[in-house]
Amino acid sequence: MSTDTAMMEEKPSLPPIKMGESMTGADMLLRCLILEGVEYVFGYPGGSVLPIYDSLYSSHLKHILTRHEQGAIHAADGFARASGKPGVVIATSGPGATNLVTGIATAHMDSVPLVCITGNVAQNLIGTDAFQEANITGITIPITKHNFFVRDVKDLPRIIKEAFHIATTGRPGPVLVDIPKDVNQATAPFYYPETVNLRTYNPTVKPNSMQIERMVKALNEAEKPVVLTGGGTVSAGAEQELQELVEKINIPVIPTFMGLASFPGTHPLCLGMPGMHGSYAANQAILNTDLIIAIGARFDDRITMGRTKEFASNAKIIHIDIDPAEIGKNVGACIPIVGDVKNVLKAVLPKVEKSEPGAWVEQVQQWAKECPYSYTKNENGLLKPQQVVEMIYNSTNGDAIVTTDVGQHQMWVAQYFKFKNARSFISSGGLGTMGYGFPASVGAQFASPDQLVISFNGDGGFQMNQQELAIVSGHKLPIKIVVINNSCLGMVRQWQQLFYDNRYSHIDLSSSVDFVKLADAYGIKGLRASKEDEAEKVWKEAMETEGPVLVEFVVEPEENVYPMVAPGATLDQMVMGDEK
Amino acid sequence: MEQKHTISILVNDQPGVLTRVANLMGQRGFNIDSITVGPSEEKGLSRMIIVTQGDEPTLEQVMKQFNKLVDVYKVSLLSNAPMVSRELALIKVEASSSNRAEINVLINPFRASIVDVGPNTLVIQCTGDTNKINALVELLSPFGIRELARTGVTAISRGMAAVKA
Ligand SMILES: Cc1ncc(C[n+]2csc(CCOP(=O)(O)OP(=O)(O)O)c2C)c(N)n1
Repeated sequence: MSTDTAMMEEKPSLPPIKMGESMTGADMLLRCLILEGVEYVFGYPGGSVLPIYDSLYSSHLKHILTRHEQGAIHAADGFARASGKPGVVIATSGPGATNLVTGIATAHMDSVPLVCITGNVAQNLIGTDAFQEANITGITIPITKHNFFVRDVKDLPRIIKEAFHIATTGRPGPVLVDIPKDVNQATAPFYYPETVNLRTYNPTVKPNSMQIERMVKALNEAEKPVVLTGGGTVSAGAEQELQELVEKINIPVIPTFMGLASFPGTHPLCLGMPGMHGSYAANQAILNTDLIIAIGARFDDRITMGRTKEFASNAKIIHIDIDPAEIGKNVGACIPIVGDVKNVLKAVLPKVEKSEPGAWVEQVQQWAKECPYSYTKNENGLLKPQQVVEMIYNSTNGDAIVTTDVGQHQMWVAQYFKFKNARSFISSGGLGTMGYGFPASVGAQFASPDQLVISFNGDGGFQMNQQELAIVSGHKLPIKIVVINNSCLGMVRQWQQLFYDNRYSHIDLSSSVDFVKLADAYGIKGLRASKEDEAEKVWKEAMETEGPVLVEFVVEPEENVYPMVAPGATLDQMVMGDEK
Repeated sequence: MEQKHTISILVNDQPGVLTRVANLMGQRGFNIDSITVGPSEEKGLSRMIIVTQGDEPTLEQVMKQFNKLVDVYKVSLLSNAPMVSRELALIKVEASSSNRAEINVLINPFRASIVDVGPNTLVIQCTGDTNKINALVELLSPFGIRELARTGVTAISRGMAAVKA
């Protein structure tokens, strides 16, 4: 496969797939993927997947060879989050499979649909501690939505069909299919089932009409309602419905971290995210509201600080989620609504009374005006990290797909970047996986070749998967890679400063690679800035560059993320900045 | 309040399902007092009976989490309605010719039976609810219990109510 044209290629016409044709398990697998509409697979070969890679040699599927299986699975995840389609990854048995584990857990925590194909040793060797044997189905039980071990080649097409079905329906999640080598080599007639018949799996997508009536009544009666919209709104593709509802009844909206792109960040009703590093307005609104309409949000401890009993104690909670187990898990719900968020919002919309913004909206907007996110620029022109995020946001006007890694920069992006478009914010929220953001941007760019993709990274996390610069270079992916270099593990430093009495233990990254030279070594344009005027110039150059660019911004190392609510505190105990 | 609960789960009769259920209990920090599994009245489905402890919210969460497993067909709480719950115990006690008769009399009200007689031991079989088995074990312990094997609880609802596929 030619690498540099792969992205832009027209979809090749496929040879017709005949049912009943005899073929190997490996060929069946690829046929199944094509029938599922898969265009890209991310992967890495090895002994037990050699039959699959041999079939790939002459397949129409586009396979992206990453430089680490972790890169492959995060790329598949970024692809899935950007496109809404399932991401597909292939890895070999043993170390290949175990290298997927962090990526599977990342996707599981954020409900991302993935189909992970692993090879395993042949069945006559299973259980013998054979070379490169690992019990990957056992290992991944707690971090997959479901997993399969394929014993018979005749079951393979049905299992692949079920894997895609399970990964993409209900609450989405990663599904792993482990295929021993003998199954990939065995032959059988190929039949792809048209429907899935899983009597034990039936997600509830249609909401209960009585609960909808209760919700409508509560909405009409509430005086100080807020919407809390989370990742579930994104998964359901219900951004439009949400906006219609909000604009009809004029309620303030608090997007959770995972829901940041589910509602326009510049909308006058948008208060920004709540919780530990959330906005003053959002946290005040939660403290004062009498009705929370939680939409595909799960009240995790970065929002409640683990103080679930005290959380929004003045409010009724309407909790809408496709996963019944989320309702009542962390906070009690007065009105539980199980169903697909889109269906729920569609059912509610015509029933609620239109209402104009009143005193409550005025109040929350006042809070927003009083206490926006803020920082002070350095007088000597040395860059503040927030300033970098703001500058980049202003240059895009929100028209970009943004990925972040994990740490301080992640929070600053969440605070200062105002997301406009659906599926435009990609970040590891639940697991907080360093090393996620950059490979995820690779997947996102494959999913959206015509969109601007910006990948924000810390100098720590970027080094966890920087090897994937090879993909960016090889495929000429026009990603704008941003490294916010504070020469330390910023978020850890902040906690050590605030909670461990300034004892900076093992956070110094000053001996890291020269990122500009690193980019250059991969044939990628590298730029650096450490002052305000340089930053503007360099970023302009980056935006005008057609292909990939890595831009390193050298920033103030001791900047902290504020506001902050300490773990274990309540939302009324926000710390707004460094106390001298 | 911490309470004992008996849950009946119908699951796909497939390798690994017990692992998934047990794993989930561990992952979510739920206690398992006992877990039993065997075929159900429906082809392709097994029935698991789980005895667990916890307050109401924990119980609700346990049941919802079970329901999320792709291999789980149905989850019901047996212990909130009339149910029959039984376990079987095999108890090997030390016994010489001099006290065999005494043991025999002792176990009689329990409708337990002697299923094996050795030169220095007896194996006693007893079925009943957990309290009954505990009482018998306590009663026999002065003789010296060599070995104890209990099946764990299996249970079923009384009357017409049914946990069916
Ligand atoms: C894989 C992994 N290891 C460790 C952590 C713990 N951790 C959270 S933030 C952080 C520091 C990140 O530093 P850097 O990438 O430089 O980003 P910054 O906070 O400076 O923006 C660490 C070590 C993590 N989230 N993920």
